[in-house]
Amino acid sequence: MSYIKPKFRHPRLQKNALGFTVADYDGAISTLCAGCGHDSISAAIRNACFESAIPPHRIAKVSGIGCSSKMPTYFLGKSHGFNSVHGRMPSVATGASLANRALTYIGVSGDGDTASIGMGQFIHLIRRNVNMTYIVANNGCYGLTKGQDSATADLGSVAKGGAVNPFDGIDLASLAILQGASFVGRSFSGDKEQLEPLIRAAMAHNGFAFIDVVSPCVTFNNHTGSTKSYSNTREHLEPMALDFVPMREEIRTQYAEGSTQSVTLHDGSVIHLHKADSGYKTDDRMGALNAIQSGNDADRILTGLLYLDPNSKDLNTNLNLATRPLNELGRRELCPGSKVLDSINEGLR
Amino acid sequence: MKKIKGINDFVVKFANVNGTGSASANHLFAKAIFRMGIPVSPRNIFPSNIQGLPTWYEVRVSAKGYLGRRGGVDLMVCVNPQSMEKDVASVEPGGYFVYDSTKPLAPHLKRDDIHYFGIPFTQMCMREYPNPRLQQLLKNVVYVGALAAFLDIDFSVLKGLLNDQFKGKERLISSNVHALEMGYHYARDHFKCPLPIRLKKGGNSAPHIRESEHILMNGNTAAALGAIYGGATVAAWYPITPSTSVVDAFSQYAERMRIDPGSGKRNFAVVQAEDELAAIGVAIGAGWNGVRAFTATSGPGLSLMSEFLGLAYFAEIPVVLIDVQRSGPSTGMPTRSQQSDILAAAYASHGDTKQVLLFPATPRECFDMTADAFDLTERLQTPVILMSDLDLGMNDWMSPPLEWDDDYQMDRGKVLDAQQLDEVEKWGRYLDVDGDGICYRTLPGTHPDKGAYFTRGSSKNEMAVYSESGDDYVQNVDRLLRKFETAKKYVPRPKTHDPIPVKNPKTDLKLGALFFGTSASPSYEAVEMLAKEGYPIDTMRIRAFPFHASMDAFIHSHDLVFVIEQNRDGQMRRLIINECEIPPGKLVSVLNYSGTPITARKIARIIRETLQSDDAKANVVPLHSETV
Ligand SMILES: Cc1ncc(C[n+]2csc(CCOP(=O)(O)OP(=O)(O)O)c2C)c(N)n1
Ligand code: SF4
Ligand SMILES: [Mg+2]
Repeated sequence: MSYIKPKFRHPRLQKNALGFTVADYDGAISTLCAGCGHDSISAAIRNACFESAIPPHRIAKVSGIGCSSKMPTYFLGKSHGFNSVHGRMPSVATGASLANRALTYIGVSGDGDTASIGMGQFIHLIRRNVNMTYIVANNGCYGLTKGQDSATADLGSVAKGGAVNPFDGIDLASLAILQGASFVGRSFSGDKEQLEPLIRAAMAHNGFAFIDVVSPCVTFNNHTGSTKSYSNTREHLEPMALDFVPMREEIRTQYAEGSTQSVTLHDGSVIHLHKADSGYKTDDRMGALNAIQSGNDADRILTGLLYLDPNSKDLNTNLNLATRPLNELGRRELCPGSKVLDSINEGLR
Repeated sequence: MKKIKGINDFVVKFANVNGTGSASANHLFAKAIFRMGIPVSPRNIFPSNIQGLPTWYEVRVSAKGYLGRRGGVDLMVCVNPQSMEKDVASVEPGGYFVYDSTKPLAPHLKRDDIHYFGIPFTQMCMREYPNPRLQQLLKNVVYVGALAAFLDIDFSVLKGLLNDQFKGKERLISSNVHALEMGYHYARDHFKCPLPIRLKKGGNSAPHIRESEHILMNGNTAAALGAIYGGATVAAWYPITPSTSVVDAFSQYAERMRIDPGSGKRNFAVVQAEDELAAIGVAIGAGWNGVRAFTATSGPGLSLMSEFLGLAYFAEIPVVLIDVQRSGPSTGMPTRSQQSDILAAAYASHGDTKQVLLFPATPRECFDMTADAFDLTERLQTPVILMSDLDLGMNDWMSPPLEWDDDYQMDRGKVLDAQQLDEVEKWGRYLDVDGDGICYRTLPGTHPDKGAYFTRGSSKNEMAVYSESGDDYVQNVDRLLRKFETAKKYVPRPKTHDPIPVKNPKTDLKLGALFFGTSASPSYEAVEMLAKEGYPIDTMRIRAFPFHASMDAFIHSHDLVFVIEQNRDGQMRRLIINECEIPPGKLVSVLNYSGTPITARKIARIIRETLQSDDAKANVVPLHSETV
């Protein structure tokens, strides 16, 4: 059991634009192993929702099965959550978002939940561009079933028992970009400076936003030899720093000319990217794929906002769905009445 | 030689090649009889193939209004040389065989107990039409013309139908009428018309059909309309015969009836999912979030949905599933009908699960029960499965017209809104406040700080907090069982009819018959046949699972109860034995699982043989049905 929330800390009394404190975004106490990367992601999601001042009850949390999929219990206790079945959260999220397009949807999954049993649903979720934030807590193993290799375990990475993984790992970020995801980011559970703004930007994005978060499993996959251990990840990280400025906040921060690049999202929010190196373009799919791949080849994990199409058309738009949430419609809008039925009968005589 | 006689009471069968346009001509034939006011029931018997294989269309005409299959063929129209041998053999002695005589009939196809009518359809069309496609299409219309002469079909009705079908396209109308006339005149000129089997306008002696002005429609379209009227807004599916046309029809109606007048946008969403797991997942996600959602599938899809059905049962999420059954297992015979998903659906999923099932027997019931299913699923907070089948779903059935009560109020079940959440003293998602096993749910986004909870497939306590305590688990699953008891109050009751009086009964046994869905029509007919022979049989038509208490009573009050169904293992019989406190030996299976719908004659024969066997006299159940 680990406590992600120290009880007395000053910033917890601060209020966001809606007057909520960060405690209003807390969930239940985590039952994951102490030090599990997933808890840091929970904290980052909580902080991101607080910072972005989204009313907690207007967020719906969905997940599959796994240690990672348990996470939604540990943040946003005032939001409804749905812990569905292994690998099938994408379909549940699709239905939920169609039923009420006015809520913000956060999906949390694991590398097993997404890259193995759920691969089909994941790819189709991207294809449909469901308006949601989808976070994979990627530890390269199946935590909940005690440490088996997952499909994202890197080639040559060594399991706790010493077995060497003979298969190439699936790179979820590349895959998402290839399939046309309109927002793709990657981060590390320990890098809250990067992860929090990335989550905020993902939630502001209109369409499917995917974040692959390397999240070490301290119990089964945090030893030397594992490429998803804390030490290995820290050593090989190649982070792009970023800031997120929501639409309603005036821009207070000033950035030195030339060192930042700004991207405006559909809703008017702005993402500022601080480039270590110059030339990375978030709207260049081929460039993004190349950069990720060259990173992988050089044993570097490129993190940050990897690809963004701020003008993507989400599923609601493509289905030409009415603006009013479907779950608010009643008999008057839905039931055509007896006269219409009579004319249908007439056509069948 | 004997000639089969009969006015408004015979079976015509067409032997065609699929993909040749015969379907619309055959439909024209059946619809003309329907418009003449004579009870008719057409059935497609088709292969799992798009083009080039044998396909049949069987039309039963029955003044008494029997809409199930009778068995046997009185008049065969054979335009497919591939299947001719089998088709000749299937005609009843004294029956009629119409064939394409462009090529002479092979000698081995000559029977001396049936009547042959050779018409050179192909040759006539080659002569008349320059274009090969037209030759093929209109050949079908020519044989309908010939049948108009043979059976005395009202020509003006046929013309009226063509007018409706090709509204405004004069050229098409006149070429079709011309083809009809060609066939008609050929038959008149070469044979004595009409035949001893023939039609007579308005010759309908079926009281139940005369009562209301009937319609001709298939069950899938009716179910789709039921979903529209029931207020479904999210449909997710993966194509599979024979359920595909449910969602197709839903989409078409929704495009017409569910467009927001202000914005022109859709007040519905249809998702063609990547597979059936996703299809039901979408519907469950939508149901969780407060809309009426459904999916439609057939056997293999039902299997794929099984894990999610377990989740929806345990997490108590409303969702409607329309299962249009076909022959299994596996792909089985995908275009043939069966009632063989009963057990798979009733106990769908791992762990202790029981699902609510509805069994429609007519398109009207497909409509009513689908609309009701949405009330039921939200009232009970559990999946509701409509058990249709290929025969009902894809064939046209005469049905009482669809009716709608404009005062209907949706029953959204126990859902608390923000105000109610403020007023309620203590709320727990799984607190059984009313003692009926149904608890109060809340929807995401309702209240700023009340009513949020976590939905999960794992165990929890009454306050929706994760719990692995054995007591919490037992309390929860026991409550689900209580809820299933409550369901009996809400699901449609079984139907019984007054017994048919029998003057000199041949048996002292009190006999009963249980059946459901498409087995009902031929069962009623078989029961009437047997009543005439001296076997009185009481009937009960099952319409839902959980079973109503009156079914136990029905079984208890009879010595022998026939359970008539269309699968190998007597699945309904087994379900009854499992669920009711009754002596299993009383239930005798009457089965048909060849893929073609069960016939009245077969039912009557099996029951007759059972009653005449020594076993039945000793009130002992025959061995073959003792396997439980
Ligand atoms: C259908 C099904 N198969 C298998 C399981 C067992 N199972 C539970 S969690 C899990 C793997 C989870 O791995 P991942 O998604 O990476 O989550 P982690 O625990 O690593 O965070 C498996 C195989 C299951 N719950 N359901
Ligand atoms: S087993 Fe691994 S993934 Fe699961 S809670 Fe423990 S550290 Fe986290
Ligand atoms: Mg994992």
